[in-house]
Amino acid sequence: MIDFGKNAGFDLKGRHRAEARFQWMGKIAIAISLFFLAAMVFTIARDASGIIKQTQIQLQLDLTDATGIAQNNKHPSYGKAVKAALRAQFPKVKKRKDKKRLYGFASPEAGFEIARMIDESPEILGRITKVWVTASDGLDLYLRGKVDMDLPERQRRVSDAERDWIATLQEQGHLRRVFNWGFLTNGDSREPEVAGILSALVGTAYSLAVCFAFAFPVGIGAAIYLEEFAPKSRLSDLIEVNINNLAAVPSIVFGLLGLSMFLGVFGMPRSSPLVGGLVLALMTLPTMIIAARAALRSVPPSFKEGALALGASPVQAVFHHVFPVAMPGMLTGSIVGMAQALGETAPLLMIGMVAFIVDIPTSILEPATALPVQIFLWADSPERAFTEKTAAAIIVLLVFLVSMNLIAILLRRKLETRF
Amino acid sequence: MTVNAIDITTKNRPMWLDRAVIIVLALMAGVAILVTVGIVFSLVFEAYLFFEKVSVTDFLFGLEWSPQTAIRADQVGSTGSFGVLPLINGTLLISAIAMAVATPLGLASAVYLSEYASKRARSWIKPALEILAGIPTVVYGFFAALTLAPIIRMTGGKLGLEVASESALAAGIVMGIMIVPLISSLSDDVINAVPQSLRDASFGLGATRSETIRKVVLPAALPGISGSLLLATSRAIGETMIVLMAAGMAAKLSLNPLDAVTTITVQIVALLTGDQEFDSAKTLSAFALGLFLFIITLGINVLALGIVRKYQEQYD
Amino acid sequence: MLDPIISARGVNVFYGDSQALFDIELDVLPNKVTALIGPSGCGKSTFLRSINRMNDLIPVCRFEGELTLSGQDIYDKSVDVVALRAQVGMVFQKPNPFPKSIFENVAYGLRIHKMCTAKSELQDRVEWSLKSAGLWEEVSHRLDEPGNSLSGGQQQRLCIARAIAVQPKVVLMDEPCSALDPIATAVIEDLIDSLRKDYTIIIVTHSMQQAARISQRTAFFHLGKLVEFGETKTIFTTPKDERTQNYITGRIG
Repeated sequence: MIDFGKNAGFDLKGRHRAEARFQWMGKIAIAISLFFLAAMVFTIARDASGIIKQTQIQLQLDLTDATGIAQNNKHPSYGKAVKAALRAQFPKVKKRKDKKRLYGFASPEAGFEIARMIDESPEILGRITKVWVTASDGLDLYLRGKVDMDLPERQRRVSDAERDWIATLQEQGHLRRVFNWGFLTNGDSREPEVAGILSALVGTAYSLAVCFAFAFPVGIGAAIYLEEFAPKSRLSDLIEVNINNLAAVPSIVFGLLGLSMFLGVFGMPRSSPLVGGLVLALMTLPTMIIAARAALRSVPPSFKEGALALGASPVQAVFHHVFPVAMPGMLTGSIVGMAQALGETAPLLMIGMVAFIVDIPTSILEPATALPVQIFLWADSPERAFTEKTAAAIIVLLVFLVSMNLIAILLRRKLETRF
Repeated sequence: MTVNAIDITTKNRPMWLDRAVIIVLALMAGVAILVTVGIVFSLVFEAYLFFEKVSVTDFLFGLEWSPQTAIRADQVGSTGSFGVLPLINGTLLISAIAMAVATPLGLASAVYLSEYASKRARSWIKPALEILAGIPTVVYGFFAALTLAPIIRMTGGKLGLEVASESALAAGIVMGIMIVPLISSLSDDVINAVPQSLRDASFGLGATRSETIRKVVLPAALPGISGSLLLATSRAIGETMIVLMAAGMAAKLSLNPLDAVTTITVQIVALLTGDQEFDSAKTLSAFALGLFLFIITLGINVLALGIVRKYQEQYD
Repeated sequence: MLDPIISARGVNVFYGDSQALFDIELDVLPNKVTALIGPSGCGKSTFLRSINRMNDLIPVCRFEGELTLSGQDIYDKSVDVVALRAQVGMVFQKPNPFPKSIFENVAYGLRIHKMCTAKSELQDRVEWSLKSAGLWEEVSHRLDEPGNSLSGGQQQRLCIARAIAVQPKVVLMDEPCSALDPIATAVIEDLIDSLRKDYTIIIVTHSMQQAARISQRTAFFHLGKLVEFGETKTIFTTPKDERTQNYITGRIG
């Protein structure tokens, strides 16, 4: 009498097909988004893998009195010694053009590396020593097989003669690949083979320290006031609306604020972590306040009421009883806020942290750069070696971000008091 | 017999200390207002100086953007044009591409996660999408400029199309991916807020789940979803790094996604990095652009909040 | 003696590890109002929701046993739940009209099951449903207004109109009057009485007086078991089981 089987009419087949299609659309959408995530991670990891090791070339330095290099060197760099050593390796190379190509095997930084070696062990002067110096990025790329040797010789980066020289060096054991510590210990450089992120890391560290020093207390203070003490008035409504709006203001506007207020009106030092940190603090403040308020709200009112009932003043009740309980939540919220600030670039560009900074900054008032800005600057460079450095710097940045978020999650789980 | 009166005066703590603490806390809360005031003031002030040199109508309705600094004092305003329309064009073109990518992906993900996904699937998919939200925009910019743009250019070449190396398409697609988690999580909240009783009514009548979603849940959630789409649009318009790295500086009026265009945010950065005189029309125009951007994004956000608030009243 | 339209044999329902219904055996006769009564949490709503498989929506809910509608096992693999629910309608405890117009609320079922092709046919059916639910007079001039602009009692009658628009064979009602005032309740009780000549109605109610007023058959549930089932008159005047007696006289529940 009643049919509710699969052929009962009601257009069942068509509707179930539509249902299946609908579900598939959802799955595909998620798959596409995750695919992009995977693609980004993969390409960046692939690009970065090239800089894990660095190529070094072994030179026989003749700094004896016979060559006269040691005495006559007025330059801070011992470039002449490098060139002499290379000539000595390949005595048959006579033509000036060929010699220039030969000199290109060593990094322009090599001369400075030798100067540093001499500073550390002055006994090298007046002797013949074998030293390892950084090879050029071209040589490094060639050894990794990244130079296109199928092109005709004229268009190639590495000529036939150079190819033979490199083969000789390899046979004689004068080339080696070592772990690229320089990436983490050097500052920025125009030579991609020696460029490192140390100055950017220090700049970021200073900026985040300034940011935290300002945003954490002010954020917590504001949250405590709004949540525990503020009377329900139009003013506190206004402040709330303000905070929510500020959270959605484009980051570049904060940069403009920093530029005109901190640099223009207050005359603070340009490109300094002080200004950078303050701008980041203003950006992080809304997030901090919102997170801190949530933490305060999660404390059961009985804590405060109990304290008040025993005769504590409202301030005492809040600071001795509510605040310590809410602290872990506030802390995790601030770590998340710091992680967001870590990745911000645009406002730092506005306040000038975009210059070529080689020296490691020693105070928050000196010009500095930050890791995301360093990434931006290197990404602009057309040299392939810099692309790889950019990818590696991105990985460092992401490692920091992931670590901070993990710490926040672990902290939240560990300190979660059950009410 | 004497009775000891209960002493209820505050002995240990002077009243003024409490008040002082509360005042300090209130001042800290006031910093939020101070920041907004600072933003508005500095933008308006500098923009005002700009509009002394270039008229508002030239700015808002001019069709050409090529900012030049006056070489001589009497050349003010007559050199270079400061028409913002090409910048609006570029900004809207890239944002439109981004929203075209992000809206279907974000909504479909949200619907699947809230209505179909098992608890186990949800437990790893949602965090994975959140990772997309946590990636700094400079990383997206790198991917857009150095990986996606060349691929699009190559594909376009093979199809016989003329693709700029800094196409709006590359920047727009990557920006869209960045926005997906925003739309997804906001819409997820909105969809979950639709009362189960409505779904029960629909199922009780014999609707399939997709029918229930399409005809009951989504229409009920529409105001909230519109709000989230507006917020996402505002985010796209205000984005800087992705477009700075992947889009160009060419200020032109073009609707072709394969073209290179520039945006308001890119121009602000370009005008203020590098050597500049602090009160030339060129540098001041950056603040005019900043004010313009601030007003537009603020307007969209207020509109979005208004829609969401009206929607919340519906269910209270 | 009429053939039962719904038969339950050995029905056991579990929510995860806890059992909600124990070995239910029940026959529902067509075109009669059958009331399910009992104290809170006794399983009567669970049983009701098993009949149109609404419990399928709860992942931890498990059904065992046999529940037949018109002789066919509704939990058989060949059954399409969509078709089942098109023919077994449900009215819920709290009125839940869609945030759509009054017209669209009633037309919803007709549209999704593609029951009316012509627009005029649709309009006729909507009018007929609203008349059957006794709501037509009050809303005929404002069919485009939202469903939730109506009063509570009107909303529930709208939900009833919505349910009967697709002309189901059985209408399940889960405490339909518990959220309504006494006047609205009386209106709906009259409505139920007028509907039973076209539909089989099963109503869960926690009001014994309501059960006594509108039903012909009553089933008394207690702690997940079907304690007693029979003619309403008999249940309320000469119950066979002591637990039934206790519930009716107000000693339990």
